[in-house]
Amino acid sequence: MTQPLLSVQNLSTYFHTETGVARSVDGVSFDIGEAETLGIVGESGCGKSVTALSILRLIQAPGRIEPGSRIEFEGKDLVTLGDSAMREIRGNRISMIFQEPMSALNPVFTVGDQVAEVGRVHGTGSRRDAWNHAVEMLALTGIPSPEERAKQYPHQLSGGMRQRVLIAMALMMKPALIIADEPTTALDVTIQAQILDLLTDLQKKLGTSILMITHDLGVIAETASRVLVMYGGEVVEEADVRVLFANAHHPYTEGLMNAMPQITHERERLNVIPGTVPPPTAWPSGCRFRDRCPYAWEKCEKEHPPLYQIGERHNSRCHLAVEPERRAHPHLPLVEQVGATL
Amino acid sequence: MNSDTPIVIPRGWTARSRLIRDRSTILASCLLLAMAIPCFLAPLISPYDPAAQPDIVGLQSVAPSFAHPFGTDPFSRDVLSRVIYGGRLSLTVAIIATIVSVTLGTAYGAAAGYSNGIAGAILQRILDALLSIPRLLLLIAIFAAWRDAPLFYFILVLGFTGWYGLARLVRGQVLALKGRDFVQSARALGASRARIFFRHVLPNVWSPVIVAATLGIGHVIVLEAGLSYLGIGVRQPTASWGNIIQDGSDQMATHWWISFFPGMAIVLTVMAFNVLGDSLLKALEPRRSVME
Repeated sequence: MTQPLLSVQNLSTYFHTETGVARSVDGVSFDIGEAETLGIVGESGCGKSVTALSILRLIQAPGRIEPGSRIEFEGKDLVTLGDSAMREIRGNRISMIFQEPMSALNPVFTVGDQVAEVGRVHGTGSRRDAWNHAVEMLALTGIPSPEERAKQYPHQLSGGMRQRVLIAMALMMKPALIIADEPTTALDVTIQAQILDLLTDLQKKLGTSILMITHDLGVIAETASRVLVMYGGEVVEEADVRVLFANAHHPYTEGLMNAMPQITHERERLNVIPGTVPPPTAWPSGCRFRDRCPYAWEKCEKEHPPLYQIGERHNSRCHLAVEPERRAHPHLPLVEQVGATL
Repeated sequence: MNSDTPIVIPRGWTARSRLIRDRSTILASCLLLAMAIPCFLAPLISPYDPAAQPDIVGLQSVAPSFAHPFGTDPFSRDVLSRVIYGGRLSLTVAIIATIVSVTLGTAYGAAAGYSNGIAGAILQRILDALLSIPRLLLLIAIFAAWRDAPLFYFILVLGFTGWYGLARLVRGQVLALKGRDFVQSARALGASRARIFFRHVLPNVWSPVIVAATLGIGHVIVLEAGLSYLGIGVRQPTASWGNIIQDGSDQMATHWWISFFPGMAIVLTVMAFNVLGDSLLKALEPRRSVME
């Protein structure tokens, strides 16, 4: 296999707070190849956004990327890179698209100014060049009459337009990798599809790799070629997208799949995974999902499951990999049992 | 509705048009101009030399007349001329002192808000300490001890004691801005700390600063008048609104005009600055912005 573009190995990002150490990301490893789209999926608090921010080293105190973590990108280890070298990478080789197009733009400057700023931070050209380049990028993201739009302020644009502006900013320097943190969550559904199409289309044109972070399996299905499922700061399952949808192994992934409304089944209520993610300062011993898991047994409490290989390029952090027969006997998860007795 | 259609902002939604449509803004601005223009044209407009004492016996405390529309004071000086020159001085003092305090307050507040950890905490504690000192008492103490402070230092001291509140305001704004997504986004795009500060943080604190400055000018006018009234601000024979009031204060019942006109000048000017400050606040900082 060729050298991946980005290789994250054993990434741990802890927040050293007064109430304890929050192990938000705890030993995560993955690779992203050239022009590949990797999806990271998981619910709020699973560590997916912190993973993204760690790659760009945007974690602020009391957060810290722990020693032993490695983030290799284009032959450099981003964990130990100097601050100014890191700034050279941000927005230039790796850029990020944020979740809230409403608030990710500065209200007091025109959008053209803000797209051009990326060019001025990293480029050597004149103001004029940066502006013209910005207008080109706005046109590329499908903004009609980009010359006029560039002179408008963020509040004069709709949500979808603003997200296009953010994409234009992210693509300005033709980065090798784009990290998209829930890029469509704040948009309504019709616009979501347009934005995802735009991203995949631009990816084909420019050969950019994408790290797509989302809680929405639909977004994953539409964009990603490989998927990482995160829970409790860890990777709990990883597989190619088709394998994952056809053959989810980890009970958490299974729960996520069941929670999706499906057109082929009629249901009165959506299925949910009972309970919530435990706080990252106090992950349970053993398997971090066991309280919410319908298959959990004694071993899950005693032994932290490793990432078992269960197929080709398919790993799962669940003891069911060695005792598959237990899947036939689901029970009420622990959180539900406690709730019943209270 | 297709949310990709442009949102047309109706007229009246931008800060400028909100300001222009507000009638009290127009009124206050006109009033200010009516007060300020004669003051700054003092040498051209004033009918007499404000310090001249033409006839200390015959023209002592004469009631308003055609020759002396605001009357004369106990030293036979023309009150109108003194109010005009006094206004020039009071307004100049207030404006320069406010520029000093706004500059200091913005710089300190921004530094306190933008620095992390220990440094920011120390700056904030110092600010808390300074905020606990009552400004008027401090000024009285300073100028009672320093009887012959030149005007330049008088203005500087007024400026140096007036920035704490603004610094606290700016610090709060900067702290809030630091957590905003567009600041994070600028970091993610590789902007340096300095660039983020000057491009993304500072431009967003201007509106509260402008409002505070406008309100601050009115406040300094009152302070200066108070100190001059107490005899520890602007010294005779130089006229300032405060010391003209003092000239007439012991014969208010019989010779009302000496204190009345400078008093009205203070009231109208300060009121105009306050109204203007409030309108600016409404126009620049409507609690609900258009989209959010």
